[in-house]
Amino acid sequence: MNKAEESKYMESHEWVHADGDIATVGISDHAQHEISDIVFVELPRVGDKVTKGERCAVVESVKAASDIYSPVSGEVVEVNTKVSDEPSLVNQSAQEEGWFFKVKMSDKTELDSLMNYDQYTAKNK
Amino acid sequence: MFVSNSKQNKEEMLAKIGVSSFEELVKQVPAQLRTKEFGMEPALNEQELIRHSKELAAKNKKLLNFAGGGAYEHFIPSALSQIVNRGEFLTAYTPYQAEASQGTLQAIYEFQSSICALFDMEATNASMYEAATALAEAVNACVKASRKTKVLLAQALNPDYVQTVKTYFKHAGVSFDTVNCTNGQLDLNDLKAKLTADVACVAVANPNYYGCVEKMHEISQAVHDAKSHFIAVVEPLSLGVLAAPGEYNADIAVAEAQSLGTPLNYGGPFLGVFACNKEFLRHIPGRICGITKDTKGQRAFVLTLQAREQHIRRERASSNICSNEALCALSATIYMALLGPQGMKEVAEINLENAHILAEKISQTAGFKLKYNTPFFNEFVVECPKPAEEIIGKLAAKDILAGISLGGNDMLICATETKTAADLDAFVKELAEVSK
Repeated sequence: MNKAEESKYMESHEWVHADGDIATVGISDHAQHEISDIVFVELPRVGDKVTKGERCAVVESVKAASDIYSPVSGEVVEVNTKVSDEPSLVNQSAQEEGWFFKVKMSDKTELDSLMNYDQYTAKNK
Repeated sequence: MFVSNSKQNKEEMLAKIGVSSFEELVKQVPAQLRTKEFGMEPALNEQELIRHSKELAAKNKKLLNFAGGGAYEHFIPSALSQIVNRGEFLTAYTPYQAEASQGTLQAIYEFQSSICALFDMEATNASMYEAATALAEAVNACVKASRKTKVLLAQALNPDYVQTVKTYFKHAGVSFDTVNCTNGQLDLNDLKAKLTADVACVAVANPNYYGCVEKMHEISQAVHDAKSHFIAVVEPLSLGVLAAPGEYNADIAVAEAQSLGTPLNYGGPFLGVFACNKEFLRHIPGRICGITKDTKGQRAFVLTLQAREQHIRRERASSNICSNEALCALSATIYMALLGPQGMKEVAEINLENAHILAEKISQTAGFKLKYNTPFFNEFVVECPKPAEEIIGKLAAKDILAGISLGGNDMLICATETKTAADLDAFVKELAEVSK
């Protein structure tokens, strides 16, 4: 399985990829295609506390500014500065290089209620 | 020109909508709100209206003006009104449609470029309404960027600006503290004592409301040492002789740019300026004009970074400002272009000189004393032998606006380049008379 196939998904098009306690979060390839050229990503700060289902970042494209919701609760331990410097990276590689931030999860069971790759793909056909 | 709808226009429109009359169209509105008497006099024709307006205008008295306090009388070159009153500029609409607004957008771009050069700052917007809301927006940007909730305001800020800022944040969970003044300048020790870790920003004016020049380099250093942000409130014309905000690392600089080519206009419209460093680029309120290339590779001007604004971000926008003062900004641009860097310097020097000559003459007049022993630009505070209000009243009868009362016997007096030596002497003579 590749990373996209291993990830879990929210209805609002965020993906989360867990590695032990650490969850990496970004937006799906489907989402980047829909919102078109991304010009800016407003990331949370390292140390910020995030809550599942709550707004934690903003993606700005030429069309609109869209809120990003956190798929899991916990503490932000790393942010992807490459995406701050080069927002188009999200369009090029939304589910690999274009990740947004990493969270140290406070409750791994929160992942259970998210869609898997097949469910997400089926929903967005 | 406004052309009202003819009876035929109205009938066509009503028929298209499918109602028989205007009354039927508005029948949802409660009857008691529909037809009101406003007690207005019958309409005047053009000739009558012009005569009536002239009679009203004739009631104005033009006083020899020595009042400043944030609104300054400066000479405006005739070439300026010739350009700014051109129909293309005067009646142009907001430039949301770039392909139809290149002239307006280029003018805005030139304004932004001129301001960045004058202020020595990296970025600016297409202008704001006036300095008070520009300062409130600067505080807003710092609070949002830092996520801190305490704001320090210098005591010597224009009281109108302070009132506006506090109104803005009345229910926003931001607290304010005042940094005291000694001998007309900000007390650095008081500043350092109040610079706690929760301070989002510090706002200081230069020159300040008392006309005094502040030690901006030292203040900026102290603010940055405490990991806070520094907002400078500056007088654009004074930048011909005083250090620009970029020189002392202000994070944001705001200003009232009425002094750059806009007449006093009985209090408005004025022209706010908001300039900052790239760090704050996405926190800038209002409109920003950028330069790019079109599909044919030609230079083109556009509104940019629009995703900040409320028509896209809605309640998530950092500010609800989505407008600017295009015509006043154009006046400022023309003024700066007509004067150029050398002209700006010369005008500032004449202001400095006139104010200092006047201050010297007044301090040698019996009963009058300069209140602060501090460098000043074109305004200064005088301790009068009688209440300032009384002196202002008496001099108004002699067609002189003596200054602004700061309460008690203190008066704020201004002398710009518009005053001749004879004007200064006439003023001092009347001051001497009234104090007897």
